[in-house]
Amino acid sequence: MSERLLLDHGSGGKASQRLVAEMFMRHLDNEILGRLDDAAFLNVSGPIAMSTDSFTVDPIFFPGGDIGCLAVHGTVNDVSMLGAKPLYLTCGFILEEGLDLGDLERVVASMGRAAREAGVLVVAGDTKVVPRGAADKMFINTTGIGAVVVDPAPSGHRARPGDAILLSGTMGDHGLAILSTRQGLSFESPVVSDCASLCHIVGRVLDAVPDVHVLRDPTRGGLATTLNEIAGQSGVGCFIEESLIPVDPAVAGGCAVLGLDPLYLANEGKFICIVPEEDAEAALAAMRADPLGRGACRIGEVRADHPGKVVMITPLGGQRLLGMLEGEQLPRIC
Amino acid sequence: MCLAVPMEIIAIADNVADVEIGGVKRQVRLDIIDEAPAVGDYVIVHAGFALRRLDREDALETIKLFQDGLNLELL
Amino acid sequence: MSSFEAFKDPALCRRLLEQLREEAATPIRFMEVCGTHTVAIFQSGLRSLLPDTIVHLTGPGCPVCVTHESEVAAFLELAARDDVIVATFGDLMRVPGPKGRNLKTASAEGAAVEVVYSPFDALALAKDNPDRTVVFLGIGFETTAPTVAATIRLAREQGLGNFLVMSFHKLVPPALRALLADPEARIDAFLLPGHVSAVIGAAPYQFLADEYRIPSVITGFEPVDILQALLHIVRMRRDDAPAVVNEYTRVVPQNGNPKALAVMSEVFVPVDALWRGIGVLPQSGLALSEAYAAFDAFKVLRIDLKDHPPLPGCRCGEVLKGKIPPDRCPLFAKACTPANPVGPCMVSTEGGCAAYYKYRVDA
Repeated sequence: MSERLLLDHGSGGKASQRLVAEMFMRHLDNEILGRLDDAAFLNVSGPIAMSTDSFTVDPIFFPGGDIGCLAVHGTVNDVSMLGAKPLYLTCGFILEEGLDLGDLERVVASMGRAAREAGVLVVAGDTKVVPRGAADKMFINTTGIGAVVVDPAPSGHRARPGDAILLSGTMGDHGLAILSTRQGLSFESPVVSDCASLCHIVGRVLDAVPDVHVLRDPTRGGLATTLNEIAGQSGVGCFIEESLIPVDPAVAGGCAVLGLDPLYLANEGKFICIVPEEDAEAALAAMRADPLGRGACRIGEVRADHPGKVVMITPLGGQRLLGMLEGEQLPRIC
Repeated sequence: MCLAVPMEIIAIADNVADVEIGGVKRQVRLDIIDEAPAVGDYVIVHAGFALRRLDREDALETIKLFQDGLNLELL
Repeated sequence: MSSFEAFKDPALCRRLLEQLREEAATPIRFMEVCGTHTVAIFQSGLRSLLPDTIVHLTGPGCPVCVTHESEVAAFLELAARDDVIVATFGDLMRVPGPKGRNLKTASAEGAAVEVVYSPFDALALAKDNPDRTVVFLGIGFETTAPTVAATIRLAREQGLGNFLVMSFHKLVPPALRALLADPEARIDAFLLPGHVSAVIGAAPYQFLADEYRIPSVITGFEPVDILQALLHIVRMRRDDAPAVVNEYTRVVPQNGNPKALAVMSEVFVPVDALWRGIGVLPQSGLALSEAYAAFDAFKVLRIDLKDHPPLPGCRCGEVLKGKIPPDRCPLFAKACTPANPVGPCMVSTEGGCAAYYKYRVDA
């Protein structure tokens, strides 16, 4: 196989077949994928949850992860947030001509590991190669399905006044890890992405608590954006205590330097959990029992006032709104 | 405006200092700082340049003054 | 508790607030002229805790907000040139110019725009792109201007032929004068910007006490700093003893930073400048001096500032002068929002109207 990806590799001919056999099958193979049929035959009974996401992260390799494991964890997590057990994934690749095949293999191997960690099977895939310049190295789409295991399922509409708002761990790690690799922002940071599959920790919580109202992972836009979405969907006010939100000192430091707010930075291995007050302790205990939830804590509560808004109670005891951003956060000097 | 952050100097070479805050490392220029800082000093950094040395003793004195003004002993 | 933490100490803040409530018996309107102060007061929750007698006004302290439409038009014109890479602080990316266009839309249209954290990073950009001209957009007050001046000097030392600066730098003391020269101004005191003062010292503000009998305090950005400054202001007013007080002595020397000032005056000269929402203020901006003309984007690329009419309905000028609060502007939160800012006060995340919109919890 040549060192760089050629348009031939996407044309469906022998080169394509070799790529699939030698690279994708090596790392992603399982009984279903191995059949190499045009579609995967699955036997899932009962209600299913389905999610799709496309991944275009730049750079493709970042501290703590890569576009491949992110593509797996991201979709696994979206399915898990509905209280469903993720089972199967598809993955579609759009690859740029000239892509280093060593890099591609690293990404695919990483996806294989991530899928095994999450306990999901990749059952169908597709590869297209586009001319140089038509894509930025690689774009990956993953679609996932899971079996719904709780009814009623957690949903953004179900937060109720009196509920406790819990968080599984520190905020802003992934977002800052990505930014630390950007040119022009030249700083070194020990921060690594928290990219991980949350299906197991979520499973523990669903076992421990009879009725979880909301589960959501604060990805793009961070904690602030996600809480606003929930407040809006449920028509409630989310009251958060600033001093209770866990932020790693290195993330706090990096954000201070760049003039960024960690509450708006993406997280890829954390989730918000909103449960009735009486179940808060049990939910926290379940989270803390999992390696991904050691830092789980309560950050606030849901109230009826200020519906649709997120109110931050500052360390001084004052109040201010935690709003949605207009667009992406940019480093500032002012 | 003027987001400026106190960072600790961990090394100096010519007009450039390696600084750190919470494990985050950066290089900053020393072209406009008036008093030459030393390793271990904290400097206020703005837009990649060190502006001033942060006087820690002064900081402690200032806090004490504020507290005394209120007849407090909080530290 | 470390010396840094001490300035955020909630217990000390509560005591200062109690003291303030006791002593601020009559209304006092204080203005801060620094976006970082605006954000600090809102974000810390102080705004919601101050007694009603203490009215917080946000002045023209956000250099992004006061970048005039004609200045935005000039750098957008620059961005459209194929042979130019625009290097800028992130703050400028969404500032709207004529027809609502900004650097983000320019980038989407194919312009080469790079966000940098330091003007020094723009030099590296110039070295890496010898076949294009890198133009750094210089905004900011006296805190930032010396960093840009130092960078220009380095460009000269390094013999860089493809690095230019488009200067929109502005100066704080002339803005303070302009605010007070308005007979309808209702400003009782100023909180002065800590980091600008680290460069210029306390002397340039003396006229506030001498000519206008207005108390002012140079202060830092932590809640304790701000509360202590307010307490001092209240007491100066009570005693009718207006002065310029430096309470940020841990950073601000009485005479400022002579080295930074020297670099600034070597590279820049004061000129009349256009402030969005206010108009022309004499000797309130900085342009590159003759000696550094080779780095002056306006001269080298022959770009002029073209006049632009003020925005209809926008009352930023009055908000900036403390005459009306943001929610008294008819456009506030209706035609003018952070997503679609009309005037300067809404443009930047630190503008008075933007901060009000973003942070204020309505009762």
